[in-house]
Amino acid sequence: MLEVKDLHVEISGKRVLKGVNLRINPGEVHVLLGPNGSGKTTLINAIIGDPRFKIVQGTISFKGIDITNMPIHDRVKMGIGVGFQFPPKIKGIKLRDFLKELSFRFKSNVNIDELVNKLNMSNLLDRELNVGFSGGEMKKCEILQILIQSPDFALFDEPDSGVDVENLVLIANVINEFFGLNVKPSLRKKSILIVTHLGYILNYIRADRAHVIIDGVIACSGKPDEIISNIRIHGFEVCSKCIEEKMER
Amino acid sequence: MYRGENGKIKDVKERAKKSIDKPPSVGLDLDISRFKFSSEVHEFISRDLEEKASSIGVDVSGKGRAGNYLQIDSSIVFEESLHQSVEVMSISKALETYDWLLDYYWRALDVDMDKFTALSELKGGGGVFIRVKSGVKVELPVQACFYLKTGGLSQNVHNIIIVEENAELNVLTGCASPRINEGLHVGVSEFYVKKGGKLTYTMIHSWSEGIDVRPRTGVVVEDGASFINVYVNVNPAKSIQTMPIVYLNGVNSRASLISVILASNNSIFDVGGAAYLKGDGSRVEIISKNIAKDESKIISRGLIVGEGRECRGHLECRGLLLSTKSIIQAIPQLEAKIMDATLSHEAAIGKLSEDEIYYLMARGFNEDEAISILIRGFMDIGIPDLPPMLNRYLKLVLDGASKKL
Repeated sequence: MLEVKDLHVEISGKRVLKGVNLRINPGEVHVLLGPNGSGKTTLINAIIGDPRFKIVQGTISFKGIDITNMPIHDRVKMGIGVGFQFPPKIKGIKLRDFLKELSFRFKSNVNIDELVNKLNMSNLLDRELNVGFSGGEMKKCEILQILIQSPDFALFDEPDSGVDVENLVLIANVINEFFGLNVKPSLRKKSILIVTHLGYILNYIRADRAHVIIDGVIACSGKPDEIISNIRIHGFEVCSKCIEEKMER
Repeated sequence: MYRGENGKIKDVKERAKKSIDKPPSVGLDLDISRFKFSSEVHEFISRDLEEKASSIGVDVSGKGRAGNYLQIDSSIVFEESLHQSVEVMSISKALETYDWLLDYYWRALDVDMDKFTALSELKGGGGVFIRVKSGVKVELPVQACFYLKTGGLSQNVHNIIIVEENAELNVLTGCASPRINEGLHVGVSEFYVKKGGKLTYTMIHSWSEGIDVRPRTGVVVEDGASFINVYVNVNPAKSIQTMPIVYLNGVNSRASLISVILASNNSIFDVGGAAYLKGDGSRVEIISKNIAKDESKIISRGLIVGEGRECRGHLECRGLLLSTKSIIQAIPQLEAKIMDATLSHEAAIGKLSEDEIYYLMARGFNEDEAISILIRGFMDIGIPDLPPMLNRYLKLVLDGASKKL
């Protein structure tokens, strides 16, 4: 589904990603962990194609096609969807109208009203998009938009930060249901990459593989449970050591 | 006949003559000698007028309106009331019908304000008189349309609207012209909103690149009355300078002046609003949304003078620059003459945010579509005090404008 090779990315001249390699197969749910400033959000933005994140080396391919230089909206058309950590406020555009437009554009057959009820966000429909939304409301709104887009590959940037447990469960349930995460990966078609700082959402969503990014490189990859419990006990320090070991090798 | 018989008219004419060369206090001056003041008589509505009118919310069939007025150049094509408590007629007919109307003639505005008010008096040709009787609330709008058709003409109109006590009136005005080399529109408007009354005045302009426009508006708002002015102009013109003056004389009187301006090509739009908060507890908000593209210039003015006890006023100016060669200038002025006036202003001018553009692109919109959505959002004005029908018209006009960009 997605293949990132030796990716180096700069933001305003500063190199943030320093050779990231990542491969996500169809049906797989991956999770990307890492301390603040390690490059998690940068990787997401590079995959979606925000031109402010300048790719100076390496490639990104999606469904076998090199998308390294493709404009954002064309990547979206190919089937990539992203839920942002801090979506901007769009004044003067009502959420209700925006969802309608999205639904039309993606020829979506998702029942918006039903989803809105499931996510308990009907009170937001007549508000301007993201204006005055709380952390949890923003996350729910991002998820809802992605579900309408129905992408083959979804990126969620910190869907669990700033969200209370109740809403986190709602979000996780919707993702599980929509992406069919209750069946084996080999029977699924859609893939997911979830970025999470502390991994709370993994209490509710079962991931197939976890990666830890430290200072712009993937420090280690493995089974989510093992990596998470290691980090919870030893902190990200343990991953830094992992990198050093790799380098020595 | 009122002309010449009444001392006031003589005096007004004299003052106008003395001011015919007086430059405006703000904005670009114009040489008015290059314009002519008469044209052929028009009786029919052309296809282009019909189309242009409908693009600015004016239905020339006049259906669904409480009254209609249509003027082409200085010819009055129709003047009709469709509501028993609403009068709609040309100003000349009204002045002939009602002696008392002279009490309202040049009362909210000074005839010697500048050369344009003077011109309207000396070379006047048409204008509409609208009155709603006391206690009557009319939801359907009265529609007035002014079409400047003949190149080189100066179309000078004088309008008077009277909302009697506790009455409500909604007026929709469309002013337009086809593509002509040059032309001048001077619209003098005097509005009187009496005790407990409410007037909403929605004006949509659609000029063309050769036209200079100089409206002059004065509004008097009495006790407990409210006035809402909505001005939308999303089409180019050569130059526009307008700054309605609202006198909130009444206790607890209210006014909102809201404008949405999109300047393109080489247009120069100098648009603002002034409010004098004279009544105790009077309130005003002046909100302007300005978008400049190409090589256009917008000057957004606002003036609030607080004189009445516990009066409140707020000025808000938002500007969006879409090109490197366009200019937006905000000139807010607040003047408090009493200690317990609460006056505030905020102004912000900038370009579209990249964050927002890329966010929308990540929802599958291409760059142009994303920009169009953001501009539409920027221009959005939901005005709760306006009847749903007029809000729908505004929506149509603004939707159309954001798609054309």
